[in-house]
Amino acid sequence: MTVNPAPSDTTAALPTPNLPKPRSSRRWLPLLCLAPFAVFFVAFQIAPLFWVAINSAIAEGGWSLANYERVFSSRFYRQAMQFSLEITVWSSVLGLLFAVIGSYSLRQVDSKVRDFVMAFSNMTSNFTGVPLAFAFVIILGFNGALTLVLKQYGLLSDFNLYSKTGLIVVYTYFQIPLGVLLLYPAFDALRDDWRESASLLGASALRYWWHIGLPVLTPALLGTFVILLANALGAYATVYALTTGNFNVMPIRIAALVAGDINLDPNLASALSMVLVGMMVVFTAAHQWLLKRSYHVH
Amino acid sequence: MSTKPAALYHRIVVWALFAMLLLPLLGTFLYSISTSWSATVLPDGLTLKWYIQLWTEPRFLNAFLQSILVCVGALLLATVLILPLLFVVHYHFPKLDGLMNVLILLPFAVPPVVSSVGLLQLYGSGPLAMTGTPWILVGCYFTIALPFMYRAITNNLLAINIRDLMDAAHLLGASTWKAALLVILPNLRKGLVVSLLLSFSFLFAEFVFANLLVGTRYETLQVYLNNMRNSSGHFSSALVISYFFFVLMFTWIANRLNRDRG
Repeated sequence: MTVNPAPSDTTAALPTPNLPKPRSSRRWLPLLCLAPFAVFFVAFQIAPLFWVAINSAIAEGGWSLANYERVFSSRFYRQAMQFSLEITVWSSVLGLLFAVIGSYSLRQVDSKVRDFVMAFSNMTSNFTGVPLAFAFVIILGFNGALTLVLKQYGLLSDFNLYSKTGLIVVYTYFQIPLGVLLLYPAFDALRDDWRESASLLGASALRYWWHIGLPVLTPALLGTFVILLANALGAYATVYALTTGNFNVMPIRIAALVAGDINLDPNLASALSMVLVGMMVVFTAAHQWLLKRSYHVH
Repeated sequence: MSTKPAALYHRIVVWALFAMLLLPLLGTFLYSISTSWSATVLPDGLTLKWYIQLWTEPRFLNAFLQSILVCVGALLLATVLILPLLFVVHYHFPKLDGLMNVLILLPFAVPPVVSSVGLLQLYGSGPLAMTGTPWILVGCYFTIALPFMYRAITNNLLAINIRDLMDAAHLLGASTWKAALLVILPNLRKGLVVSLLLSFSFLFAEFVFANLLVGTRYETLQVYLNNMRNSSGHFSSALVISYFFFVLMFTWIANRLNRDRG
């Protein structure tokens, strides 16, 4: 980056120290530095969202809610919403559960094992999307190695990776490393002597967790849960690669309406997109509300 | 310290977590080095031919190179846009940090598939036609890297106490530009490098924008992998493992650098 010295800074050549001038007179220059960032951010983040918001409410050349009516009156799109929500909620709950159990135990093992498993978990957090879908086909597909082993021992009768259950398994897999990454630092707040004090006072492990452990961790758990929900709800690559775009969830429907081979309808896609963003907003709002309530407990 | 059975329980949980995360990778790795593997629990024989076939495939090498170019381009753009932004926000308008923390939530809250709807219409034709070219990916990837880079470098900036450094530089006669470039920037170098390496590893994994906005017209590695869906599973496994090792290298270097910081 090359930048010409600002006119107001030419005093630097004088022997006296160049003390900053009164700020109000030189505010335009720093503001100008923000312009390139603003241009790109508007062009690639704000404008597309704005376009979607406006065009979701335009049908047949005028303002109308027809797109939203079509989305909510269609059984097909209602099913997409239902499947999206089911997969999102289940994979987030399971991912959070595994992450809590894992993070807590990671705290208790010696640091060599901990560092190694943490580093590995962080690396697998990048193992999502298309490569992840491929890996799961290999181990859990119809002829996958794990499928065969489990079938041999009669532990698995009719598991289908390409079904809703299968997708929940794959989604949970990519939620766990993210959950561990976000939750692990939160366990700093739990001090070992609290558990010792509780047990000295006669509290069982269950009571300790119910009255001390969980309330202390609640804000971190809620925050992580919301991020996991958002992560799963918007996920497209994994389900697309796994089912070649044939499984009915919202991101697949949206993409099919703007980049499919038939039935292109960007306005309908916009309405579906706004429903998706609306769900994200509801998750976040619920999070804020619960967070406020959880603080009253203390 | 925990008691004996408790310690054993925690060790079992940690190793179970590790095994669970490792399993898909291990399966893919075995598949990528096996001659054939179907309807049996273990592969029939081992070979490296899938890797040789992959690394001599021009379309793969091309996609690999194009992925690197797009990611490096996006990170250059992000650096050029975010560094001045951070400096101006933290030195001149600290109040803007609150607004920025809201704005950087947008790339999280608006999934790429939603942005793509608008991007395809806005830049599909007309004066700003960019879809089908790598340029639109460079712009989109900048928004993906933004929240992470902004937070990471902000933490770094808060740690070095930018105001004191700037005042000291001013007293010694440096202009604001000179102080920013010669005093502040070198102090941010390590945080910047770590955040660039980690950003690279997740940009390299990006598929949605690449597939919807550009597709085969400028094929990136993820799009190529998806298009190879119908080829041999052993071949695509070799691709997945090669990809993962490449990304692993970047996260590993970043982790090492991060640890040396203390």
